[in-house]
Amino acid sequence: MTEYLVRFVAGGLIVSIFAILGDMLRPKSFAGLLGAAPSVALATLGIAVVQHGPQYAAAASWTMIYGAIALACYSLVVCHLLMRVRLGALPATILAFAVWLGVAFGLLAGLGGAA
Amino acid sequence: MLVKLSSSALTQTRWYEYTVRFALGGCATMLAGVIGAHFGVSVGGLFLALPAIFCASATLIESHERHAKEKAGLSGRRRGQEAAALDAAGAALGGIGLAAFAVVFHATVGESVALGFIAALTVWASVSVTAWWLRRRLRIVSHNRRSAHSPSAEGSRFVKP
Repeated sequence: MTEYLVRFVAGGLIVSIFAILGDMLRPKSFAGLLGAAPSVALATLGIAVVQHGPQYAAAASWTMIYGAIALACYSLVVCHLLMRVRLGALPATILAFAVWLGVAFGLLAGLGGAA
Repeated sequence: MLVKLSSSALTQTRWYEYTVRFALGGCATMLAGVIGAHFGVSVGGLFLALPAIFCASATLIESHERHAKEKAGLSGRRRGQEAAALDAAGAALGGIGLAAFAVVFHATVGESVALGFIAALTVWASVSVTAWWLRRRLRIVSHNRRSAHSPSAEGSRFVKP
């Protein structure tokens, strides 16, 4: 239970720091870079190193590459749903989540996890 | 345009909006841990790049821009969508940086944990900013080319030699 509390607080804090920095930056396209900041990764990999050691964290970071590629695809789809289909931000980000799942698990199925 | 850091934008954000992002970030980190524990490290690793707070951030940006326009008596719906789309375009470029973060962390964490984090963060920032800068340069060049070849630009040479 304590582990999950630590995860929650650490993740929430790191995400909030990047979000505040993103709010302060202009132009908006530059601030958007922080939308793909490694906030969840920093907290999770830090805990993984302490709990399981560097090899476990290295294995997690290998499939994180697939997740990051999926995140880039997801963001592009959100951008097109907003500009071309003219959806609102909330439905666009929720609908595009299917793309993240498809690309991330597709890459994992096709290329496999860390050796 | 220069990149600017302005604290005035923080006054637009309400306290509950920070709370929502803190909670979503915390939940996403917990979810990554739970999935890693139940389905293995490979599936858990995917969720390190989960777009956890993206829906909250995009909705926030859209609503702030819309309200700013509505205060001026205009419909801000389209402006809000455009602002959120710009943020998403930036996140797509940031995704390249995030992939670079994961590659460098994977390669260096075995040598030294501290080095792994420092190198990965440095590469994330460098790759993301470079990708943003290159896209910006390409847009400026293509915009200038289009302006130079547009009929109005060619016509203007006859009007104003």
